Amino acid sequence: MLEIRNLHVAIEDGSKKILNGLDLTIHNGEVAAIMGPNGSGKSTLSYVIAGKPDYEILDGEILLDGENLLEMEADARAAAGVFLAFQYPLEIAGVATMTFLKAAMNAQSRARGEGELKTPDFMRRVKLGAEKLGIPQEMLRRGLNVGFSGGEKKRMEILQMALLEPSIGILDETDSGLDIDALKIVSEGVNALRSADRSFLVITHYQRLLNYIVPDTVHVMSKGRIVKTGGKELALELEANGYADYVSDVAA
Amino acid sequence: MVAVKETVEQVKELDVDQYKYGFSTDLEVDKAPKGLSEDIVRFISAKKGEPDWMLEWRLDAYRRWLTMVEPDWARVHYPKIDFNDSYYYAAPKKNAAPKTLDEVDPAILDAYKKLGIPLREQEILAGVQTSKVAVDAVFDSVSVVTTFKEELKKAGVIFCSISEAIKEHPELVRKYLGSVVPVTDNYYATLNCAVFTDGSFVYIPEGVRCPMELSTYFRINEKNTGQFERTLIIAEKGSYVSYLEGCTAPQRDENQLHAAVVELVTMDDAEIKYSTVQNWYPGDADGKGGIYNFVTKRGDCRGANSKISWTQVETGSAITWKYPSCILRGDNSRGEFYSIAVSNGMQQVDSGTKMIHLGKNTTSRIISKGISAGRSQNTYRGQVSAHRKATNARNFTNCDSLLIGEQCGAHTVPYLESKNASAVFEHEATTSKISEEQMFYCRQRGLSAEEATALIVNGFVKDVLQQLPMEFAVEAQKLISISLEGSVG
Ligand SMILES: Nc1ncnc2c1ncn2[C@@H]1O[C@H](COP(=O)(O)OP(=O)(O)OP(=O)(O)O)[C@@H](O)[C@H]1O
Ligand SMILES: [Mg+2]
Repeated sequence: MLEIRNLHVAIEDGSKKILNGLDLTIHNGEVAAIMGPNGSGKSTLSYVIAGKPDYEILDGEILLDGENLLEMEADARAAAGVFLAFQYPLEIAGVATMTFLKAAMNAQSRARGEGELKTPDFMRRVKLGAEKLGIPQEMLRRGLNVGFSGGEKKRMEILQMALLEPSIGILDETDSGLDIDALKIVSEGVNALRSADRSFLVITHYQRLLNYIVPDTVHVMSKGRIVKTGGKELALELEANGYADYVSDVAA
Repeated sequence: MVAVKETVEQVKELDVDQYKYGFSTDLEVDKAPKGLSEDIVRFISAKKGEPDWMLEWRLDAYRRWLTMVEPDWARVHYPKIDFNDSYYYAAPKKNAAPKTLDEVDPAILDAYKKLGIPLREQEILAGVQTSKVAVDAVFDSVSVVTTFKEELKKAGVIFCSISEAIKEHPELVRKYLGSVVPVTDNYYATLNCAVFTDGSFVYIPEGVRCPMELSTYFRINEKNTGQFERTLIIAEKGSYVSYLEGCTAPQRDENQLHAAVVELVTMDDAEIKYSTVQNWYPGDADGKGGIYNFVTKRGDCRGANSKISWTQVETGSAITWKYPSCILRGDNSRGEFYSIAVSNGMQQVDSGTKMIHLGKNTTSRIISKGISAGRSQNTYRGQVSAHRKATNARNFTNCDSLLIGEQCGAHTVPYLESKNASAVFEHEATTSKISEEQMFYCRQRGLSAEEATALIVNGFVKDVLQQLPMEFAVEAQKLISISLEGSVG
């Protein structure tokens, strides 16, 4: 279970406050969707949960299964089960995707007290996962995300999520940049990972994604706070009416 | 080098400070009086029992050196060196001239063992490596032992210390010494000619493929002592040799000078592959101490279709001034330079190569990867030139810099010069940085800051590491990550 209480966050130099008393609880097995206008702080929230160093936490707490995430480094949070599919995945030249996946999976199994993965096991798991997401084998030999199209990068994020088996997967606008077929494939990939002890936080601007990944709860974010929470029908309503009802001054 | 696994483990065990080879060995030593003069040159020559022609050669170099000035064009800064404040000869006293390994001072064998270089042949054979490597171990000013000599002799290969070669093979030494790097080539090279103390000599006869890797392991142990090594490798027609060079020094507060000269000669269809892992003590984080590494390395592709390939992994030294070069004299000859230069702390690196195309259809390839961290400065300086007769000369240069942190610098200084219209030079250069975004991305996937840096750096240097012999590559990779420890987070 992920519990966020009264979270206040500013960017590191203190020049700008982004999250303003945010409360959010996601239960095990739950898929929560967050929607909200550009600049409302959705990506910032995902970064703060994952432990990006550029922010100053002014107040509040983030607990994952009772553990205080804010006291941990980013890699320790990953080991504790946090996975973030980036809105803009990073390119790492010279590091073959396969090499990166192996390093990440080994780090994960080490953190779980399991031994290093045997190469054949690793290869089999990657191959299987890649096939499901329509990622050609050839891509795994290329530098991580280097020259990948926008959609290919997003698929690669989901492949990593599938391989690392997190307890909470945060998807930041994974649907943007995906063509219609890819949207289906990626959604199926996510749905296949749904389980009673794994939860998801899905950040999106479009209700369409939520037709494929059907959320249990939908939250509206504005100016760094959750201003409305409802069921999946809330997304439909937002699609029809925009944020005006929940956000007093959207344009600002 | 030999027992890689062992070495890697030892390196891990010695994990107290960033530099893992900083220990020193207590030994009784035979030293020249401090300072530099004709008498010192005579002293060294006498200690080595050299013939007159060698002494004359040295004295001539010394007199010329007195008239020369230190070069100042490199992007390195250091206080003026007082050449009279150093010792030019230091040799372990016990068994000054050991005939067999059993006569070598056990303290020295221990020192090499600690460095991961077992010198006893049975230990080498018992090591994890299946391939054999013959080692010439140079401790301060003298070669203490050369392994697998007998076996090499059967193949006709001469592998011994240069001191021994001067006495045993004077006709070869006289013919080739100074024929690639002339006595007055440059300030440090000329100094080396006057006071060089030891180094390796390799002669591969016509048509012979050297049956094992050869290597020299240089260790500076004594305080205030310069090391002036001299290496000469000759590959006759159609022969091949792969040669490795490694080096370390204890951690000391004062700067020590290392001014080596390496000369390579390849005749028709011959090939020399020369690899270096340079890990002299780099000084502490504030730039105190460390080796001044002023080195002249040059290969002469004298014969047609010959090839010389330099691969260097430079992680040590306070200052590195080093440009392993190729003179492409023979038609169709080829020169290669693969380099990884890592600088951290206050280290200064000014390194690169020269590819001098003289013959027709000569080709050269330069791949340089510079990694700067801390407050270090890392300069690639490379010259490619084509002579009037060098029809169809071809060069490809790729020069990449990676910056870690905000306070370091990377610089690229290419000199291109073509006097033949048919010559084609290609030059690519990039500078990149390990961004905080990349770091966060990696750490989000569970990698520690060190693992993430190592992963990115390994990706960056991959092309060059592939050029090293397998056992060396593993060690080099390890060394690079050790050198960069503390550069992140
Ligand atoms: N490092 C930073 N420096 C300055 N401003 C920042 C920084 N990071 C975020 N911001 C600002 O904080 C606000 C929230 O940004 P964030 O990326 O979290 O929004 P978002 O809800 O994800 O928007 P979008 O829907 O466009 O992705 C924006 O106004 C953004 O410009
Ligand atoms: Mg965003």
